[in-house]
Amino acid sequence: MNSVVCISHVPDTESRIKVAGDGRHVDETGIKFIVSPYDEFALEEAIRQKEKSGGDVTVVTFGPERASQALRECLARGATKALHIKGESADADSLGIAKALAAAIKTVPHDVIYFGKQGVGTDNGLVGPMVAELLGYPQINVVTHLEVGDGKLTAHREIEGAEEVIEAQLPAVITAQKGLNEPRYAGLKGIMAAKKIPIDAKSVSDLGLSDSDIFNQRVVFVSLQLPPEKSGGRKIDGSDPAAAAQEILKYIREEAKAL
Amino acid sequence: MAGVLVFCEVKDGKIKKVSREALSIGRKLAEAAGGDLVAFANDKSVADEAGRYGAKKLYVASIADYSTEIYTAALKQVCDDVKPSVLLFGGTSNGRDLAPRIGARLDAGVASDVDQLSWTDGKLRARRPVYSGKAFATVDVTGTPAIATTRPNAFPAEEAGGGAAEVVDVTAPADAKAKLVETKAPEAGELTIAEADIIVSGGRGLKEAQNFSYIKDLAHAIGGAVGASRATVDAGWIDHQHQVGQTGRVVSPNLYIAAGISGAIQHLAGMSSSKHIVAINKDPEAPIFRVADLGIVGDLFTVLPALTEEVKKAKAH
Repeated sequence: MNSVVCISHVPDTESRIKVAGDGRHVDETGIKFIVSPYDEFALEEAIRQKEKSGGDVTVVTFGPERASQALRECLARGATKALHIKGESADADSLGIAKALAAAIKTVPHDVIYFGKQGVGTDNGLVGPMVAELLGYPQINVVTHLEVGDGKLTAHREIEGAEEVIEAQLPAVITAQKGLNEPRYAGLKGIMAAKKIPIDAKSVSDLGLSDSDIFNQRVVFVSLQLPPEKSGGRKIDGSDPAAAAQEILKYIREEAKAL
Repeated sequence: MAGVLVFCEVKDGKIKKVSREALSIGRKLAEAAGGDLVAFANDKSVADEAGRYGAKKLYVASIADYSTEIYTAALKQVCDDVKPSVLLFGGTSNGRDLAPRIGARLDAGVASDVDQLSWTDGKLRARRPVYSGKAFATVDVTGTPAIATTRPNAFPAEEAGGGAAEVVDVTAPADAKAKLVETKAPEAGELTIAEADIIVSGGRGLKEAQNFSYIKDLAHAIGGAVGASRATVDAGWIDHQHQVGQTGRVVSPNLYIAAGISGAIQHLAGMSSSKHIVAINKDPEAPIFRVADLGIVGDLFTVLPALTEEVKKAKAH
């Protein structure tokens, strides 16, 4: 049983976002990049699968030089192989990234392909299903429980206020949701062992693709803007709960018109 | 034929609100781009309702259970027939599952979770919150069609007063590599935060799991959904489906009531686009007050029960 886990390297969720000089990208100065939180659930699930039934866990990312740190982190936690497709992912649209990943995945043995349900930050949630389509595999999105069996898997998919239980033939793509598992941290032993594993670096052209397949084609970035600063509204003293409650009710009725 | 195609989800014989929102903005885009508004659904009984929202045709594939593969194949047939300039999905679980799949099949651009859409210079221009609302990205989406999923509550649902849409049957393939085995139903009466108009959220100020009853009581009385901060979810007080914020749901209800939530940046990012925000917190310096329209500096354990009573009284009249 071999797994592939696709990883994105994203700004820490505590980051303050600034717009770069080009008005279209995030200013990366001073930003700490992390493995996208949902990808951690994906990786953990693949490692547990390997611990149960063997095989490789290959982590793959598409991104600039710094993204190799994300792969190192995943190797330290228990991934066995790593593949870095080098390129400016900020200039690629989701389908471009999916094409690069799908081409890379074809070169690696795989039964289950794991993604986080979305990359935190860009929050598109597109690449996993796009890779599934490009490879002709079934997809199960937003998975909270997974059992991988012989030639098939059973997954629980979160939908609005309910859960679906879905059975899919392998190979299959799943996207992980919070709640799937508790991701482990990397131990010292893992960190040391990871240093010995080489990261396989490839360019887009190594995968038989051209820049025009990947960059700024179908979704063109026009601008990135910060929201207007909110000044804060009225603040009142709540030491008299009944009076405060009446004040809130008045606001709900007259301004929010919600009752 | 150009125009706009909207994927509509049907629940209890009616088109879901988020789909009606997509139809409404879809109609405006069709006016600007040229061509008709047409819709796709799995139930022909909504032809009248689709027509009221301006759809001229309703493509119907009678598929009982949701299936990514079968729906994608059916939608592909409709796209081949209609050749729409724009294809819209309401931003539901299924909409967000399908949009990228059909996008990859048609080699088209997809913008997720958009809160503004326009037809600008012959292209679909979309604005989408990124970094959970810490910034907004404006993108031009190209492809035939250009595809977007709409954020719930971002577009008003407005009827246009048209007659029933003409029903066109679509034959969908029956085979798929993934199959629905079972749906585990939600607890009766539980509203989900994704599409709720009102959300009442609790944070660490609740002190312990059982005190979520204060939040639930108010949510129940006012007809809202229960939200939660990341800290309470991580502490195991409540299920992660309730989590609002950057690693939970980004929400924009009409009314958001935050109690005992100090307002960590990742929580603010997930709710600050709500239209009306009320915050109750005992710390007057709590960051949540910077985004609140009405802030109560006080004890949630006394203010919430008083508010719940007031709401019940108001509803009784």
